[in-house]
Order: sequence, then structure tokens, then C-alpha cells
Amino acid sequence: MSGFVNDIPLYAAGLATTIAVSLLGIFISVIVGIFLALALRSRFRLIAIPARGYIEFARGAPLALVLFLLYYGGPQFGLLLSPHVAGIVGLGLYGAGPFAEIFRAGFSAIQKGEREAAEMLGLTPGQSFLNIELPQALRVTLPACVGQTINLVKESAVLSVITLGELTKVAGTISSITFAVVTPYLTIALLYWALVETIARLGFYAERRFTAKGS
Amino acid sequence: MDRGLAGVWPALLDGFTTTVMVSFSALLLGAPLAILLAAASRGGRVPSRLAGLYLSFWRGTPILVQLLIVFYLLPFLGLELEPTLAATMALALNTAAFQSEIYRAGLQAIPRGHIEAASMLGLSASQTFFRIEAPQAIRLMLPALIGEMQALVKNSSLVSVIAVTDITRRAQQVAASTFRPLEAYASALLLYVIIGAVLACIGLLLERHLSREAKR
Repeated sequence: MSGFVNDIPLYAAGLATTIAVSLLGIFISVIVGIFLALALRSRFRLIAIPARGYIEFARGAPLALVLFLLYYGGPQFGLLLSPHVAGIVGLGLYGAGPFAEIFRAGFSAIQKGEREAAEMLGLTPGQSFLNIELPQALRVTLPACVGQTINLVKESAVLSVITLGELTKVAGTISSITFAVVTPYLTIALLYWALVETIARLGFYAERRFTAKGS
Repeated sequence: MDRGLAGVWPALLDGFTTTVMVSFSALLLGAPLAILLAAASRGGRVPSRLAGLYLSFWRGTPILVQLLIVFYLLPFLGLELEPTLAATMALALNTAAFQSEIYRAGLQAIPRGHIEAASMLGLSASQTFFRIEAPQAIRLMLPALIGEMQALVKNSSLVSVIAVTDITRRAQQVAASTFRPLEAYASALLLYVIIGAVLACIGLLLERHLSREAKR
């Protein structure tokens, strides 16, 4: 039991890393996802078709292989990434597809009249997008975004396969030192569980606030 | 095409069999448990609480961690399973949680009027379930089930961590022996994407078939 107490700082550091890399990965996912969703709406096939292709490709690709490809395959064409950069970029590219689908649905839920009204009022397309469409799309898609955020936090456990020292890697390290296998993995399972429940609660809270403001 | 690349495919196709076997058996093994869970969550206070706890745990923790827990915990319970079996079990326990939500939602989507009408017409409870509820629910659940199958194939790549020789593990071996990780991992990735696309096609065909049946 004293061993477990000694390991608490390790778990804390692993949890902090998990939260940090997940946040950065999710940030990349959201940005790339918004651009992909916009590309899907494009009138130009040369833009819309590659975006659709990316989303379909990402749907079938396991994160572990995306990470192997970036981290171990990258150096073959001169792309030397640290585990952190490879992990965050990999998680970001992996999560972008589902986010794009969510935002596509969000944008299509906004009535065409809103954009026309914005245009009539003299707003530029950029202003109309940032001030009229994006805020509404984010509000409509909030529950789905929370779900996807939870998914990516869970998927971040896979980052341990490229030696990134997040929570799952920490459990592996502790078990290889102490030869205890069940306790470390059960501990991190509880930590992930708590993290996921926290995000879900925050999501409910945000949803209530936003919808109250919107109505 | 050099020697390195030519060696990739036989190994990957060998892994392909394992990947398909593991994910498909997990799907089938998870189904009865999922139905039990769905029934429990519609049942009384205690069963629905227990089912809720199960769902919350298996949906709220990473699959990789679940896999490692099952793999390391089984020997403690006196079960010495080989990695492939342990991996299949872990995936089955995981997919049961996700499938049960699909079944619950599918059965919930059927209008109560259909069930009332069936009982008015003198159908027994089991007749109502098999002839009225199930056929409609299957059609409603099909897209979600195909999605779950795709997710399962993707998730099964993590069994490579406990040395099951699936596509991902084979790709790692090829990468290590040929020193060409790029080709090995890119080919493996492509293989997963192809499996996902094939599943999507099967899903579309089945959907079209079922809706044609329904119209008749």
C-alpha cells in the first residue's frame, strides 16, 4: 500500500499529460473539422470530394496505426517527430473526421434565410459565418461535440503505444517496476472514468446554459 | 516495388484473418450480453442500476485499458486464457455495452400503438416481439450495428498490444524486419480502411434489401 502512495505523483503527472495532449488534439480536431465541414459545403467538387474522401478514410483508420505511421514511418521521408507532437497531431487528424460530420450537420441545420438576412444587412460572408452561423452551429452541435470529446480523451490512451508518458503509459511503467499489474490498471481506469464523467457533467451544464441563453 | 514491399502483403493477409475472427466473434459473443443488459435497464430498480453501472464503466474507460485489465486480471481469477481469447473476451464485454444501447434505442423507437394493436389482434407477447417489434427494430438498428462493427474492427487493432498477431501486430513485425515502417503501416492502414468500406457496403445492401422486404 505504501508503494501505491509513492506512485500517486506519477499518476497525477500521467493524468495531467493525458488532459494536456487530449485538449491539444481536440483543438486540432475541431479546427480541421470546421474546415472539412466548410469544404463539404463547397460548390467546387475539387474541394468537396477530397474532404469527403478524408472523412471516409479516417472513419476506417485505427488510431494506433495512424500514430505508428507518423512516428515510425515519418523519418523515412524526413519527418522526425517527438512522441508528443506525433501523438497530438495524430489524435487531431484522427478526430477531425467525426467533428467534420458533426459540424456539417450543424451548419445544415441553420436556415438559409439567416445567411440571406445577414447578406441583406450588409455583412460579408466571413462576418456572416463567424457571427451568425458558427455560434448557432456550435450550440446545436454541443451534445455531439461533448460525446466526441469524451471519445478522444478515451482514445488518447492509445498514445502510450508511441511511448508518450500519459496515464496508460504510467500504469505500464509502474507495473513493470512493481510487478503489480492489476492495481495500476484498475487505478487508471477509475481516473479515466472520473475524467469522462466530469466532461459529461460539464457538457450538461454548458448545454443548459447555452440553450437558456439561446431561447 | 522493392523486396520490402512485396513481403508486406502475405503477412498482413495472415493478420487479416485474425482481425476479422477476433472482431466478429466479439460482436457475436457481445450480443446476448447486450440483450440481457438492455432488458435489465428496462427492468426494476436494482437490475437497471447494475446495468447502468456496467454501461458507465465500459463506455467511460479506454478500450486499451479494459483490454489490459481483462488480460492481467484473468490469471488472478484462475483463468489462464491465451491472448487471442482474452482479447476477444475484452472486446465482447466492451461491445456489449455499446450494443445494448443500440438495442434499447431500437426497441424504444417502435410506436406503442403497434404493440397495443398486436395485442388487440390476439397476438401473444412472443408473437408480438418476433413478428412486430423485432423486424422493425432490426431495420432501425442496422446502421448503428454496422457502425459498431466498424468501430469493433478499428478497436481490435489494440489487441496487438497483448501480442495477438492481428493486422497491426503483423505490420509491426514487417516494419521491424524490413526497416520500412512507412510501407508496412500504410499498407495495414489501407487494409483497415478497405474492411471498413466493405462493411459499409454490406450495410447499404442489407438496408436496401430489408426496406424492399418491408414494402412487400
